[in-house]
Amino acid sequence: MKFVNKVRPSVDGKGLMMGKPGYTDDLAEVNSLVVRVLRSPHPHAKILKINKEKALALEGVECVLTHEDFKRIPITRAGQGYPEPSPHDKFILDNRVRHIGDEVAAVAASDKETAEKALSLLEVEYDLLEPVMDFEKAYENKTVLHPEPEIHEMFPIGLEPMKNVAASYMMNVGDVEKTLANCEVVIKETFFTQAQAHVMMEPHTANARIDYQGRLVIYSATQTPIHVRRILSQALEYPLSKIRVIKPRIGGGYGGKQCLHGEFLVAAVTLRTGKPSKIVYTRKEVFESTFSRHPMRFDIKLGAMKDGTLKGIDVDVLSDTGAYGEHALTVFMVAGSKVFPLYNKVDSIRFGGKVVYTNHTPAGAFRGYGAIQGNYALESAVDILCEKLGVDPVEFRMKNMMKEGETSPIFEIMGEGTEGTAMVMESCKLKYCVNRGTELIGWKDKYPKKTTQDGKIRGMGMAIAMQGSGIPYIDMGSAMLKLNDDGFFNLMVGATELGQGSDTILGQIAAESLGVSPDKVVIYSSDSDLTPFDTGAYASSTTYVSGNAVKRTADKMKEMIIEEGAKALGTPVTETDFDGDNIESNGKKMTLAELSNRLFYNEDQKQLVSVESYVGTKSPPPFMAGFAEVEIDPETGKVELVDYAAVVDCGTTINPALAKVQVEGGLVQGIGMTMYEDVVYSKNGTLVTNNMMNYRIPTRKEITNMHVEFADSYEPSGPYGAKSVGEIGIDTPPAAITNAIYNAVGVRIRELPVTSEKILMGILKQKENGNE
Amino acid sequence: MKSSINVNGTLKTFEVKADEYLIDTLRNNGYVSVRRGCDTTSCGICTVLLDGNPIASCSYLSCRADGHKVITVEGIQEEAALIADFFGHEGADQCGYCNPSMALTLYAMKKELKNPTDDEIRSYLVGNLCRCSGYVAQHRAIRAYLEVKS
Repeated sequence: MKFVNKVRPSVDGKGLMMGKPGYTDDLAEVNSLVVRVLRSPHPHAKILKINKEKALALEGVECVLTHEDFKRIPITRAGQGYPEPSPHDKFILDNRVRHIGDEVAAVAASDKETAEKALSLLEVEYDLLEPVMDFEKAYENKTVLHPEPEIHEMFPIGLEPMKNVAASYMMNVGDVEKTLANCEVVIKETFFTQAQAHVMMEPHTANARIDYQGRLVIYSATQTPIHVRRILSQALEYPLSKIRVIKPRIGGGYGGKQCLHGEFLVAAVTLRTGKPSKIVYTRKEVFESTFSRHPMRFDIKLGAMKDGTLKGIDVDVLSDTGAYGEHALTVFMVAGSKVFPLYNKVDSIRFGGKVVYTNHTPAGAFRGYGAIQGNYALESAVDILCEKLGVDPVEFRMKNMMKEGETSPIFEIMGEGTEGTAMVMESCKLKYCVNRGTELIGWKDKYPKKTTQDGKIRGMGMAIAMQGSGIPYIDMGSAMLKLNDDGFFNLMVGATELGQGSDTILGQIAAESLGVSPDKVVIYSSDSDLTPFDTGAYASSTTYVSGNAVKRTADKMKEMIIEEGAKALGTPVTETDFDGDNIESNGKKMTLAELSNRLFYNEDQKQLVSVESYVGTKSPPPFMAGFAEVEIDPETGKVELVDYAAVVDCGTTINPALAKVQVEGGLVQGIGMTMYEDVVYSKNGTLVTNNMMNYRIPTRKEITNMHVEFADSYEPSGPYGAKSVGEIGIDTPPAAITNAIYNAVGVRIRELPVTSEKILMGILKQKENGNE
Repeated sequence: MKSSINVNGTLKTFEVKADEYLIDTLRNNGYVSVRRGCDTTSCGICTVLLDGNPIASCSYLSCRADGHKVITVEGIQEEAALIADFFGHEGADQCGYCNPSMALTLYAMKKELKNPTDDEIRSYLVGNLCRCSGYVAQHRAIRAYLEVKS
């Protein structure tokens, strides 16, 4: 391969490093009205009255919007398939607020200061309602978050608003109770995962204008421009055909920009005033008023025989979707469908539970959604089981885990929001990943623990993980290639570059198929008027789904070039070839530049354009093994991550450098969730961690050693053998690190995040119990 | 009030409010490479060089910059392009939002520290957060950049 599986610098990296304008707010109209939002100071209240006279009277204020200005159309902000598997439970503005930071009213003014002054002049009367702040008490609570009659589900997802249930689910393979009853060893454990904030560096940003054709043009920092257009159209009852959504460069998303945010308000302001408008969220708004990861409780039972054969898995999950149900069901289902097939040889499995509403900031999509939570519970439980069995945890996994050529019944039963798709693992190098990982981290010498000269204890832990590559039969990507004179191409894709490098790798795939240098493929992505359809950047779909679409498109273009070349050379198509530079047949030859100039200016004139699309018939999982080495001071409980080794099977890496950083970046977000990050509320519902001083993400001081490698693997259904790699990296740290902590000091962390206090309390408890 | 600031070698006089921050003065006057991340001086995205030293422009009043030299990434284009090559080779540039501020801080570090250790590099850059890369690829790129430069 000439251009695939090769390191190339990203197409946009240098320009962005040099400061070229490219992000949403760089591209706002200079005289945009500034939109600011009055946000609820209460976790739960009815809005009785909003007096906007004083605000409207302020010079420079153009418009004040409240719930009275919008027709009551229930929507979901979740950008995913249509009909969406999320409840339609949100109004652009409502007469009830459900979390601190929820929208009350919006002001558009000539500048930021005037807009903020106007917010302070709005007089709101609230009727305070009891909030539900404990997700374990939300089900059938006397306080109901969504009593409004309009809200609904698009198809059955288990929505029961009067019980505070946004979604529910249950699946069964075999008879798990019978299986567990016959097991020689059964463990029963409970684990909690916390909310996590995305902390993408660019705050949520959108702007709107009416262009010279009268079209409503939205620039948005979004991962899903096509869904933004559709949902805006539905929510505002404005014709979809009159909306253009452009996604420029995005300063990080990780799922946090998979839901709509300020687009509604700038669209409404611009439609009302006819003037351009923009919104840039403050960091406080990003924390309080966008989305975070679903906190979950797992009650998990594993049953095995003494020979180390895993027989049954029984899991009940409670998930907290916060005030609104974006991705409530899909995240929940992924906690099963992209976790438990790892152990595919069990006789039976049961997975089910509920997603409940609380008066927290809404949960939404976040890289590895569901999978990281489920992986923590399962891979912690597996280590607990291994200790009880007296079996080596690496050997146990080797024996029971998924292998190439195998399948799991879960694939057919569970999809994302709907039924799944049966598939056999045509590529699964998990065994290699585990073996290589043990070498990289020095497992044999260091497991389970070592004491250092200064009395600290180093412990080793590991976990295996899987993810997916898009959602089969739902996620569709498409691409369009246009030949230009002088023989270069434009590649237009709907796929959403958000920093992960999709523009770069899709260009590499096209170049490989055509045989031309990647410099000759100029890519544009994510402009709903100019680029073809793509569901967007989520569910690890871009490399696999959009990449397959690009490959098909480029293969077709190559055929077209050969056909036209044969015509020009006067040779049979079957005996004509194109090598990327020349069209050649039986000693006759012309360059691509010559052919294209001929096609545009001289003879047989025509524009060559190829368009193809791809929708997966399977979702081949990337796999990985993660290994952690931690160091603990037994006197204080202080824990440090010494080393992390990860070996990943994502098929072919289209661009090994970009793939590696996808894994490294994912790992550090997973390490952050495990060791540093916690979304904390006060008793009255205030978000304590609403700024970057209180909410701490890892800095470069904590992340010093990391070894990421890829298995030599080839997925036959992927473009040039590739699977996706965007999410898999985040999944293993919670279990691998907490397993390492247990192996070091015997303290099992059942509630994330890990803190030194929890470790020290565990150590002290051991001493109290006399088993030091 | 007026604030006269030498921006990238050109003396400019801006009409600023007393409570206006340098980030807004710069952005409103077309220096859009200076971007906002956190509002609380925590993330480093809004870094500019003030008389050669990296500062957070989101918490530096424009009137205080009167009579000083400010450099944004537009003022170190050659160095930024060179740094970008090293970042690009490692796949470390990712979303790019923090990269102008990375280039500026690295530029200042290179002048300030001779043959820095890994720890010194991390300490110097600790205020420049990145949520995409996981830092290690950036570190590889920075190491390679410093080796070539020395």
